[in-house]
Amino acid sequence: MAKAKTTVAFQGTLEQEKALQEVIDAHKGQAGALMPVLQAAQGIYGYLPVEVQEKIAAALHLSVAEVYGVVTFYSQFSLNPKGKYSVSVCLGTACYVKGSDKILEAVESKLGIKSGECTSDAKFSVDVTRCLGACGLAPVMTVNEDVYGKAEPKKVAEIIDRYMND
Amino acid sequence: MTIEQLNQIKDKYHELVMVRKIVKEEGEKLAKNTGYRKQVLICGGTGCTSSGSKVIIDALEAELEKKGLKDVLVVKTGCFGLCALGPIMIVYPEGTFYSMMTPEHVVTVCDKHLVEGGEPVKELLYKDSVLEDGTILPLNETPFYKKQKRVALRNCGVIAPENIDEAIALDAYQALYKCLTKMTPDEVIDVMIASGLRGRGGAGFPTGTKWKFACSRRGEVKKYVCCNADEGDPGAFMDRSILEGDPHVVLEAMAIAGYAIGSDQGYIYVRAEYPIAVQRLTIAINQAREYGLLGKNIFGTDFSFDIELRLGSGAFVCGEETALMTSIEGHRGEPRPRPPFPAVKGLFGQPTILNNVETWANIPQIIMNGAEWFASMGTEKSKGTKVFALGGKINNTGLVEVEMGTTLREIVEEIGGGVPNGKKFKAAQTGGPSGGCISAADLDVPIDYDNLIAIGSMMGSGGLIVMDEDNCMVDIAKFFLNFTVDESCGKCTACRIGTKRLYEILEKITAGEASMKDLDQMEYLCENIKKNSLCALGQTAPNPVVSTFKCFKDEYLAHVQDKKCPAGICKALLEFWIDPEKCKGCTLCAKNCPVNAITGKVKEPHVIDNNLCIGCGTCLTNCKFGAVTKR
Repeated sequence: MAKAKTTVAFQGTLEQEKALQEVIDAHKGQAGALMPVLQAAQGIYGYLPVEVQEKIAAALHLSVAEVYGVVTFYSQFSLNPKGKYSVSVCLGTACYVKGSDKILEAVESKLGIKSGECTSDAKFSVDVTRCLGACGLAPVMTVNEDVYGKAEPKKVAEIIDRYMND
Repeated sequence: MTIEQLNQIKDKYHELVMVRKIVKEEGEKLAKNTGYRKQVLICGGTGCTSSGSKVIIDALEAELEKKGLKDVLVVKTGCFGLCALGPIMIVYPEGTFYSMMTPEHVVTVCDKHLVEGGEPVKELLYKDSVLEDGTILPLNETPFYKKQKRVALRNCGVIAPENIDEAIALDAYQALYKCLTKMTPDEVIDVMIASGLRGRGGAGFPTGTKWKFACSRRGEVKKYVCCNADEGDPGAFMDRSILEGDPHVVLEAMAIAGYAIGSDQGYIYVRAEYPIAVQRLTIAINQAREYGLLGKNIFGTDFSFDIELRLGSGAFVCGEETALMTSIEGHRGEPRPRPPFPAVKGLFGQPTILNNVETWANIPQIIMNGAEWFASMGTEKSKGTKVFALGGKINNTGLVEVEMGTTLREIVEEIGGGVPNGKKFKAAQTGGPSGGCISAADLDVPIDYDNLIAIGSMMGSGGLIVMDEDNCMVDIAKFFLNFTVDESCGKCTACRIGTKRLYEILEKITAGEASMKDLDQMEYLCENIKKNSLCALGQTAPNPVVSTFKCFKDEYLAHVQDKKCPAGICKALLEFWIDPEKCKGCTLCAKNCPVNAITGKVKEPHVIDNNLCIGCGTCLTNCKFGAVTKR
């Protein structure tokens, strides 16, 4: 999947840098350490800006190109920061058969952004996700950790509004 | 840990867990010995957690505390299978099944059922478990469960997966002990071969044969045992449910394989989209290490085995065995050519065997009950059972395990309860993006590996999505192609470019711009992608197109020749129309139309101008009188 690069300036804190260093130290020397380190780094920063990739590459003795190659290969790694509320719509088969494409359309039109993007106030981002395995509740959308099963296009605006004024 | 210590734990917890296995009188007798009058099981799987089972558990514990009901045990289990009805709650020893629980319902059940001398609250029970004459059926006698045969799922929804003692109570790690002390590695492999077990991940390769390929030079070279838990097929969630409901069965089976081929290190590669499964596996591995059931010198023998957990990061191709291993090594998850097969040169260049979660879940029972027991189930060439994830347009969505050879009709109509809203069954899709569609004509074919291939589909990992007359088969084929285009790793040309071109043809068809020549081109491309792709992802990518084109050719022709979508899905081919007989002139449609394509006076029938209409369907959703239709 092609990935858009972020235009938001990198603003890492010292605590984040310290946390990253601890992760790197814990995995150093382990075979195939890159993936677990990247996963942890994304947990720390919320995304993987090039500054973080450079640091990881240097620490694991890899080229930045190799790290960047891995980051862009896997769909869960993000080059963009996520909104405060990350909205995901499942487009797995069970959800699709039950019309989750209509849910996605409703979310996109409500927020005025397309999937993979973030609103300009950094409040909402929209993503399409692969099957979450909650097929019994299809169609499924999530806002951060909250899961909304058996979603209907009509109710999307109401769900988003709950977070809008927060 | 010694076998005596293992058996001590088993004896201590056996009755407590058995209450949930046998219902009615015997269960009641058993319950008396356990100190718990009632046991309440609540599903903590992904489906029920999504519908709020955590709130239910909290509410129940608070209410029991308030009422001082100390002899009621609350157990958080894995998936029961009926995910659409969550949160689910089962009360033993009766085996009564409450569905769609709310915190208010919990209070009612505590007041009326869980108190001393209480009776089940019939209004809140799962509707299929209450007969017309008022008899309450225990869980395992309801239509959804009665036809099932639970082997791989035997402990799911029975034990608390975060408690190793409950798994031990139902014989966990006994098979490992038997292998280590009473069987040689070659005997273990012979049992696996004799059982006829075939890989449940999709390809159906005989498990025992795979192990045999990797068994030479034991102790001389480093070898690895891998578990493929990268369940990427959309609509399939059986592996997730096993990991969430019975993680120890996978750990034990991997250790058995380690003994059989001479490996001391296992890896489980699990999808990051499955946070609960990751958490349960982490707990299980730590508990097994603590008990000495993983680690150095297991059961005091000279066999050592440990397991490391690795997380995927959202790449479908990593479900392919060579790509999975490349990913564990820390690279882009691209597949590599076979041969050399993983059994010869796999993870980190060493001999490796790789099996799917559901395959692992069968293995300890085969060791305990013997190859003949397993081979007695199923069809001639497909032994045992298969778990299917039922989804889509079906009444009972969820997880079912049936004997191989069960017909699709039995699964869809009897266990699944048929298609909802009186609609007609159109097709079932098996095998996800690698599989195909089974039309109504093939409903009575006994399902096994070979029959499914013969009718143009494949077993795949076991996702089974039901479609009704409202689903457009061309659109479904396009959906799957879109998925493979996105997930193609880009290493080989046939898959990278071929699937993209194939997708474009399907886009043309659904937009009403295709000619008959495009259909020829489509068939030609399908064949070439199949023949020339490096890995199974590309080789099977055209399957959804090939099988829908075979079974529903008239639908393709309708799109191409008549420029119509018979199911009314493909927007470019739709025309919205207001029935003047039904229209009351309420003006709601005209007010909501984003392009002002609808005109009409108040209380007079409205008209849609199809030159302006963009086919968004807002009028259809807004009409209260059912006057708007697609045609």
